Amino acid sequence: MPAPLIEMRGITKRFGAVKANEAVDLSVAPGEILGLLGENGAGKTTLMNVLFGAYAPDAGEILIQGQPVRIASSADALAAGIGMVHQHFHLAPRLTVLENLLIGIPGRSGRIDRAGGLARLAEIGRQHGLTLDPNLPVSALSVGEQQRLEIVKALFRGARLLILDEPTAVLAPTEVDGLFSALRSMAAQGLGIIFISHKLNEVRALTHRCTVLRHGRVAGRVDDPANTTSAAMAQLMCGHEIVPPARGPSTPGAAVLTLDGISTSQHSGTALRDVSLAVRAGEILGIAGVSGNGQRALAEVISGVRLPDAGQMTIAGQKVSGYSPREVQALGLGRIPEDRMTTGLVTNLPLADSMVLPRIGTAAFSSRGLLKPDAIRAFAEAQIKAYDIRCPGPMTRAGALSGGNLQKALLARELAFDPKVLIVSQPTRGLDIGAARFIHEKFLDMRGKGCGIIVIGEDLEELLVLCDRIAVMYEGRIVGTLDSADATVARLGLMMTGAEGHS
Amino acid sequence: MSAVFEQIFQVGFLAAIIRIATPLAFATLGEMFSERAGVLNLGIEGIMLLSAMTGFTATSLSGSLWLGILVAVLTGMLMGALHALFTVALGLSQHVCGIGVTLFSSGLAYFLYRLIFGQQSVPPSIKGFETLPIPVLSSIPVLGPAVFNQFALVYMAILAIPLAAFVLYRTPWGLSVRMVGENPRAADSAGVSVIGTRFQAVILGGALMGLAGAFLSMAQFNAFTFGVVSGRGWVAIALVVFGRWDPWRSAGAALLFAFVDALQLRMQASGLGHIPYEAFLMLPFIFTIVAMAVMSRNAVAPSALLKPFRREER
Amino acid sequence: MFRLEVRTSTPAWFNLALPLLAIAATLVLCSGLIALAGAGVIDAYGVMFTASLGDSYAITETMVRAAPMIFTGLAVAVAFRAKFWNIGAEGQLLAGAVASCFVGAIPMPGPLAMLLMAVAGAAAGAAVALVPATLRVKFRVDDVVSSLLLNSVIYYALMALIEGPWKDSFSGYPISPPIEDSANFPVLLEGTRLHLGVVVALLAAPLIWFLIVRTTLGFRIRVTGENPEAARYGGINVERVLLSTALLSGALAGLAGVGEVGGVHFQVMSDISPGYGYSGIVVAMLARLNPLGVVPAAIFLAAVMTGAEAMSRATGVPAFLSDVIQGTALLAMLVALLFTAYRIRRVGAAR
Repeated sequence: MPAPLIEMRGITKRFGAVKANEAVDLSVAPGEILGLLGENGAGKTTLMNVLFGAYAPDAGEILIQGQPVRIASSADALAAGIGMVHQHFHLAPRLTVLENLLIGIPGRSGRIDRAGGLARLAEIGRQHGLTLDPNLPVSALSVGEQQRLEIVKALFRGARLLILDEPTAVLAPTEVDGLFSALRSMAAQGLGIIFISHKLNEVRALTHRCTVLRHGRVAGRVDDPANTTSAAMAQLMCGHEIVPPARGPSTPGAAVLTLDGISTSQHSGTALRDVSLAVRAGEILGIAGVSGNGQRALAEVISGVRLPDAGQMTIAGQKVSGYSPREVQALGLGRIPEDRMTTGLVTNLPLADSMVLPRIGTAAFSSRGLLKPDAIRAFAEAQIKAYDIRCPGPMTRAGALSGGNLQKALLARELAFDPKVLIVSQPTRGLDIGAARFIHEKFLDMRGKGCGIIVIGEDLEELLVLCDRIAVMYEGRIVGTLDSADATVARLGLMMTGAEGHS
Repeated sequence: MSAVFEQIFQVGFLAAIIRIATPLAFATLGEMFSERAGVLNLGIEGIMLLSAMTGFTATSLSGSLWLGILVAVLTGMLMGALHALFTVALGLSQHVCGIGVTLFSSGLAYFLYRLIFGQQSVPPSIKGFETLPIPVLSSIPVLGPAVFNQFALVYMAILAIPLAAFVLYRTPWGLSVRMVGENPRAADSAGVSVIGTRFQAVILGGALMGLAGAFLSMAQFNAFTFGVVSGRGWVAIALVVFGRWDPWRSAGAALLFAFVDALQLRMQASGLGHIPYEAFLMLPFIFTIVAMAVMSRNAVAPSALLKPFRREER
Repeated sequence: MFRLEVRTSTPAWFNLALPLLAIAATLVLCSGLIALAGAGVIDAYGVMFTASLGDSYAITETMVRAAPMIFTGLAVAVAFRAKFWNIGAEGQLLAGAVASCFVGAIPMPGPLAMLLMAVAGAAAGAAVALVPATLRVKFRVDDVVSSLLLNSVIYYALMALIEGPWKDSFSGYPISPPIEDSANFPVLLEGTRLHLGVVVALLAAPLIWFLIVRTTLGFRIRVTGENPEAARYGGINVERVLLSTALLSGALAGLAGVGEVGGVHFQVMSDISPGYGYSGIVVAMLARLNPLGVVPAAIFLAAVMTGAEAMSRATGVPAFLSDVIQGTALLAMLVALLFTAYRIRRVGAAR
């Protein structure tokens, strides 16, 4: 095996009291694709941000070809030949492809070196088959093309090590194949690649070697991923065998949420096209799909913040007319948003305020325009106890809580009023195993009580264990719905590319 | 109608538009650079006032006009750096810091002016800039005397527009400015210093605001009065929006505002005697508010405007 | 090495300590200007203090000056809570002054006149504040810029009024006709200018505090300001909250103008407000947007203003020092607020 291109030794990184990384060792050789595996929140992204100079480690050292280096900024990382493709692309949508490439590159005689940039872009295109139109604004590119631009950006700067953080999360399965062949060709030419993922099948298909993180520490290494079972790797990731939550049989009742021919017009995301679906009482319906295929618009319509152009929606048999959050709540809808911090909670105010927010106008928490501070406090305290939300008390700033506790707080606030329908997006993203389990059990609990639940998710494994039926979205349409007994990752994956399924 | 038409194409009227537009063009370009980098600078009104004062004072004491300009520009840069220190380095609210910088700068301008010149019944004045006709060009009919028989600062403003466009769109630094204003994280991961670039842009903006202030006290009025800026800074902020954060459009917006302002000055003078002249002074401000209402729906501000950048935020 | 760490909560004593820290820093920084003017720093601040808070008459004068700033401070505090960037309290104050002057000049029984003056002034201020709020909600116009520009419009409108229809034809001065004597606010202490409006201002602060902390409207204002998206998803009509906030904020600023007309000047002139609207921003920030904190913050600024004039007469230091102090205090307070979000922690030397 050749000498390591990059070596990280004993890296520790703390955020306040939380140790995101602790004594992590890792190395990549030229031409090697290393898988960095771990649950959400295991510290993969933090570790790579340390390598890329975004975070300063509290302890440990980084060696490049055996020489210790100090990487204090991304400029240092780039100079050391490290390139990173972040999960959220670092691109300016309103600037052109070429401008995004040339940012930070010295010009020629004081001007942006357009000609040099174009030549280099063409060369990279030839070498790795990564072609892009230099004059398009980035906003005109598809997600896959934007990712390609990010890779080209790293190569453009002469990266010898390429870090990709969950690159497949935004891609359809066919696009994943294209990405993998490009990565293999780069490795064949001597590049080192770190591939971050929590998807075992992808790691087994692509990587030469694997480092597994758990709770910020190295939980183990896998030298031959292709010939190691997923179960063994999963055990490394989780520390125990995954026991899927017990999902007993259910007898769904009447439909509690129906969408009939819902369409929306073009907005910032993908529009809905003639979406019809029904969730019955005591049933969990999953919505699968590559992100950006209309899931956001669907959640917005159901939550009452987006008015559809056509179609009808009913909640508990009542027709929704005004599409305001207040109306759908009054009809019995509960909502657990994907982005807890932006549309769920008010981070700068006390936790109690966030917990009563959707129902502040009801008799439970106010009368004649006056708040009932004692009732608000009592409610928050009761929920904190019931859901074991770890915080000093209801008057703590909501933003000070951890992700899992925030998710519990949101769950508590919605479930306290026995919703007839619950809409949930990415319910366990960023949570540790324990918190995720708790959330899953609560959903099954609600299902047993006759609540209809709609779960929008990207993690197919999670949807498969949780849902009774799974609908797949593609370009704003529902391409098919499967009973989870008939559904497999492969079948859902195919439907996610737009292939029609059987309802 | 034709009477108005005749007035517009009078040389004096055109020259007045150019003169009124000059400080606005400097100020608008200055604010544009700052905002393009993601920093709203509400300190502009106070920075212009303080620069008008320091430039005037330096000239008054030294007798050198260009020394005054230099001092005004340095004042603007210093106050820009102060605003950047608060909003970029410390990440404080751009709105409130800007108001703070304006209050502080205006207070300081009044205080120092009174300290240096005392209370005089006739405010001191300087021999300000004189018009500098450009040979050949100034003899073009109508346009020549209106545009090419102006103060040196006017020519500087005219040159500043293409120069600003070149810097913003054609140089690596301009690209960095646009990038830190759109997606600072992208700039950061490409090795561009977000903090540094923002500082530079806000300081450059301050320099241009300083020029704007200096023009008022050293070319237009040749004296410093407490009302020498009287809202022109706020107008410049509106003109940036109106000009969609683009140098050419912003300069065009300044010209349009100057046209309305020159028009109301003509109306004041044109014997509508029973209407107090203050009624006309309102017009350009009302025009600006209406123009913003018309334009704002389509105007897209730099994505990272008002957002401080902290690397380790999770 | 030191580093900033995010705080999870702030101790209650910060509410008092931070403004005091900011004020102390301001006075230290501004002492340089006093020295520059050739006066003794201790002397100058001493004169400022005795002239503004040194005896009961001085205190009443300071309170009379504080009253309009309590109102504008409350106006700004309420608006900023909702992140409605109302920088237009100055114009709203002037509108309130004009409207109340108009009503006060109509002969009618005193108490009725005072009540109607207040109603008219509040309504005028609210109407002015509604403009930037509506422009923001309907046309996405930046409220900072529009409310600032509106200040100029209102100012010139007032000037046009007192140079035009209201001009004193006898003396030729640009001042409005005085309001009826019966409409003059009663003086509370013989021999001082302490008028009824000051008490109303002092009562307004706890009232607004109650509104912000204990009512559903206040809850909606707070949530909308902190996170409009969460508010919207939580069923709050964010646009309506912004418009309500604007009405409330503008009405409070308008009342500042009413007090100046009814209790101090009894007419309208061009310099009826020495920038009380802008001072309101400083007051509100020093108070950390807490309505109860607005009262001491306003008294502090009023003392600085009153004291600065006396200091200028006694030592020759320009009275504009009070403007510098205001600006410095605002900036110092912003820096001090960093301590609420972060704590400075000593960490071991980096290897």
